[in-house]
Amino acid sequence: MAVIRFAERPRFRNPWSEFERMRRGFDELSRNFLSGEVPFSSATVYPPINMYEDAEQLIIKAELPGVAASDMDISLEGDTLTLQGRREPRHDDDKVSYHRREIARGSFSRAISLPTKIDPESIVAKLANGILTITLAKAAEVKPRKITVVTE
Amino acid sequence: MSEQELRVQQKQEVQHSGETTKPEKYFVPAVDIFETEKQVTVTAEMPGVAGEGVDISLEDDVLTIRGSKQPEEQTDARILLQEYETGHYLRRFTVSEAIDQEKIEASMNDGLLTVVLPKTTPAQPRKIEVKVG
Repeated sequence: MAVIRFAERPRFRNPWSEFERMRRGFDELSRNFLSGEVPFSSATVYPPINMYEDAEQLIIKAELPGVAASDMDISLEGDTLTLQGRREPRHDDDKVSYHRREIARGSFSRAISLPTKIDPESIVAKLANGILTITLAKAAEVKPRKITVVTE
Repeated sequence: MSEQELRVQQKQEVQHSGETTKPEKYFVPAVDIFETEKQVTVTAEMPGVAGEGVDISLEDDVLTIRGSKQPEEQTDARILLQEYETGHYLRRFTVSEAIDQEKIEASMNDGLLTVVLPKTTPAQPRKIEVKVG
């Protein structure tokens, strides 16, 4: 199962994280066995992402409402893709009284290790309606190749 | 003021909204509400919802914000990792201020919906002169 490749790396600060990771792994295993669906894993680092792949490309999606494209920074280093950015702080005014403040403001940074080799020259990042879509073309060597059988 | 690190907020599903015929989920969008002398502003996080998908109504002092996400493109892509769910958004508020219904304005920007509800101007005090007959 491909998901195992993205399992979180052990965090050295928390001695229990490894146990937690194992427990989650077992949970996923049993859930997968029953439903055959891709398990829903909860993110620990902002933003939560969804990742898809097909034969040609890898697609990463993240919900980033209120983050302007100019405040976003995406970089690739080796096989690690880093998303960084910030959401503008509120413009606090004396005459404004807040009734609810549920939308968090601040900065984020998330590193994603890519499961396959990709072509670093052809990465397209698009932001539409608060959803960031990054399309990464797979490197030529990992694309499936059709081999024709020749009869003699 | 030092900048805070953003944290993951789990999406909350709407409770008691009745059953839907389609197997689609409705989530509660996170909102900011603030008030000035002239207006009440509601900002709601609705990623994946385009301007046309937003439906705002104010009826009997109940403000309803509904956002329908655009349908997903059908692809044969395989899901590798799923950390968030997509769905529609729905939230209701009871507005205590008198709002000028005609002048409600809404805009959608980067997945953030902003609704401006102008307060009605209080009636001007009018002096009534008593005529002596």
